[in-house]
Amino acid sequence: MSEVPIAWFLTLSAVLFALGVAGFLFRRNIITVFMSIELMLNAVNLSFVTFSYQLKQVNGHLFTFFVMVVAAAEAAVGLAIILTIYKNRGTLNIDEVDSLKN
Amino acid sequence: MDVILFLIFAIIAVVCAINVVVQTHPISSAISLVGVMGSLAVLYLLLGAEFIAAAQVIVYAGAIMVLFVFVIMLLNAGAESKKGRSFMVQLLGVPLLIGLLVLLGWFVQRLYPAGASMHFGGFQGGTARDVGRALFGPYLLPFEVTSILVLIAIVGAIVLARKEMD
Repeated sequence: MSEVPIAWFLTLSAVLFALGVAGFLFRRNIITVFMSIELMLNAVNLSFVTFSYQLKQVNGHLFTFFVMVVAAAEAAVGLAIILTIYKNRGTLNIDEVDSLKN
Repeated sequence: MDVILFLIFAIIAVVCAINVVVQTHPISSAISLVGVMGSLAVLYLLLGAEFIAAAQVIVYAGAIMVLFVFVIMLLNAGAESKKGRSFMVQLLGVPLLIGLLVLLGWFVQRLYPAGASMHFGGFQGGTARDVGRALFGPYLLPFEVTSILVLIAIVGAIVLARKEMD
């Protein structure tokens, strides 16, 4: 047996996505929450490339490419926002950044 | 051979992803995330996506993670404290996560019962040449819009992160 079932790739993608959601829910550090989002984007990218293989079309690679570009832009802006939050409040804990709550 | 390669790098990816979630120090999480991205690049190569594998290593593991590590070092972020966790998340988080995983797994099994499988070299259309042809053919408009998005992101990041000048 030398062939890998397509379902294994998709299952790996699902596991990585669930782990990203876990990090997003359970972690309190804003940088780690941000990294969990990157993990989820990576998991979805794996699904895109797998479907591209399955359908023998290059379109999935293009979607992955666009996701990468958007992730890079998002990381730049998000980390700038994190810097500003830290400058103004002196904390990285997302529970202490709750101005909109009251 | 394909199965062995897949299993090795899938296990590395899952272990590193678990490490991202359980490590309390952000720098450990960042290094683990690099491991996830590297093993995913190998899986992309296995699926015939040469250009995407290279872009994964250069853009994700290179540029984005360097940005993360840079910010972690800059802010001198320490280990996070355990206190102040939401009660609802503690109570409902794990069951809902397992529900999500079971749902996704069930869906995957329904989509691909047993038939479809991959072997290395089964898809040759993922070279830089093919991606470039598609990018400047049917996907030209999204590509140009993306360049505007990146420009906006650059300007936004500079405006957000600069020092206030009076």
